[in-house]
Amino acid sequence: MEQIIFYILAAVAVIGTVLAISEKHPVHAILYLVTSLFAVAVVFYLLMAPLVAVFEVILYAGAIMVLFLFVIMMLDLGHPEKGFSPHWREWLPALLLSLVSIASLVMVIVSRHSQLAVPAAQSIPIREVSRRLFQGHGVAVELISLQLLFALVGALYLGKQQASSPGLPPSSAPERVSGSEEKSP
Amino acid sequence: MTASPLDIALFAAKLGVVFFVILTMAAYLVLAERRILAWIQDRKGPNRVGPFGMLQPLADLIKLLTKEDFIPSAADRWLFLLAPAMAAIPAILTFAVIPFGAPITIAGRQVPLLIADLNVGVLFFLALSSIAVYGMAIGGWASNSKYSLLGGIRGLAQLISYELSMGLSLVPVIMLAHSFSLTAIVDAQSTVPFIVYQPVAFIIFLISITAECKRIPFDIPEAEGELVAGFHTEYSGMRFGLFFVGEYINIIVLGGLATTFFLGGWHGPFLPPVVWFTIKSLAVAFFFIWMRGTLPRLRYDQLMHLGWKVLTPLALVNILATGWWLALAAS
Repeated sequence: MEQIIFYILAAVAVIGTVLAISEKHPVHAILYLVTSLFAVAVVFYLLMAPLVAVFEVILYAGAIMVLFLFVIMMLDLGHPEKGFSPHWREWLPALLLSLVSIASLVMVIVSRHSQLAVPAAQSIPIREVSRRLFQGHGVAVELISLQLLFALVGALYLGKQQASSPGLPPSSAPERVSGSEEKSP
Repeated sequence: MTASPLDIALFAAKLGVVFFVILTMAAYLVLAERRILAWIQDRKGPNRVGPFGMLQPLADLIKLLTKEDFIPSAADRWLFLLAPAMAAIPAILTFAVIPFGAPITIAGRQVPLLIADLNVGVLFFLALSSIAVYGMAIGGWASNSKYSLLGGIRGLAQLISYELSMGLSLVPVIMLAHSFSLTAIVDAQSTVPFIVYQPVAFIIFLISITAECKRIPFDIPEAEGELVAGFHTEYSGMRFGLFFVGEYINIIVLGGLATTFFLGGWHGPFLPPVVWFTIKSLAVAFFFIWMRGTLPRLRYDQLMHLGWKVLTPLALVNILATGWWLALAAS
């Protein structure tokens, strides 16, 4: 029973991701990606990791994708599906690099297949996860939260700077703001 | 995992009853809202269909089902058709984790009166509440109309403003109950409801859930004075009905959640637990209707200001104070 559900979800996740890449319209692509994230979230639930499943939906589907959708709807790109297709010179490096990563993933899975740890038979309580996280990796958690704070302050500074000096070229400043936000997740 | 036919039958019966009761309550909440608003505004309200207008929801349903289901020619067809369902489903799903009564015993088995006791119940609610916005945003975008698009964008901006304070207002509840499970949160309130310890968190949560179900004073995405009907301008017939009923289901579910988190859940003297739960949930729903009859609509930037500069810092200070108090109480 659980195996059947897993294979359905895995198929949904893979097909959703492929369609999200191949779809030219950004809003459709976002919806495919959200579908795929949902399928992955339920897979995590099947693997007895409800906390990861819920965070997958809250953070990725509920926060990051909503922000993407907000930006795309604000910009109103018109009809991007009628635009030009990328030339093969542009997508060939991407294809080669992704082939390398897929090949290495397959190698790792094949070589370690026998030693794979069996998933926990019972769901891991949140208390256990948080104890491990905050007692074992407290410094790392603090470092990451500090970095998030840096990104936040940086984005705020760049946004203020642009608002106060209208002489700044409009194309450069928003790029830098979005660049500093990208570091945060 | 082996389940006897009796267990499966009990579970299916529970699902059916919950589904029926929620949909009926949503339909009659529409009528109640119209009557209460009429009462506030010194009118009579709908009182012609059946005794006291009690059959009005049925008449509305027949009207909505027989109306033409209109699709604008420039709309994104599939997304336009799917969006109302995307708006209504998360609202119904959220009810799965709410305990609406004390466990009862049927045929020698203990039946908990909730659909699923997840140990991440609070996070499940937050996840569903953050994806509920997709129906509104996609519906507004797919209609290909300027009013709908503005409504959808406003809905997304509204979500970003209130979501954080809503999540943070629940942190003290989790700290007091020592659990993410809604059953454990209700059990922790068996003597004193959390509203006594956490009045600030309750007010922040109440303001945030008013924004969550897009009610006045936060009905910015549909603002009928400015945007015709906002994100559902182009919808007609039962698809509009689905958006509409989804909003009322959301009110009932959020009323149930406010009851569970702050008002002691189904605990209460004299009356049976299910009755207590219903009374408390409907009291929250009545508060929503009362607010609609009393307050004007906030502006777009006023909501963002309120969410980011008032509610979120206040919720953070509240978490700090709760932690301090818990540490002092433990030592």
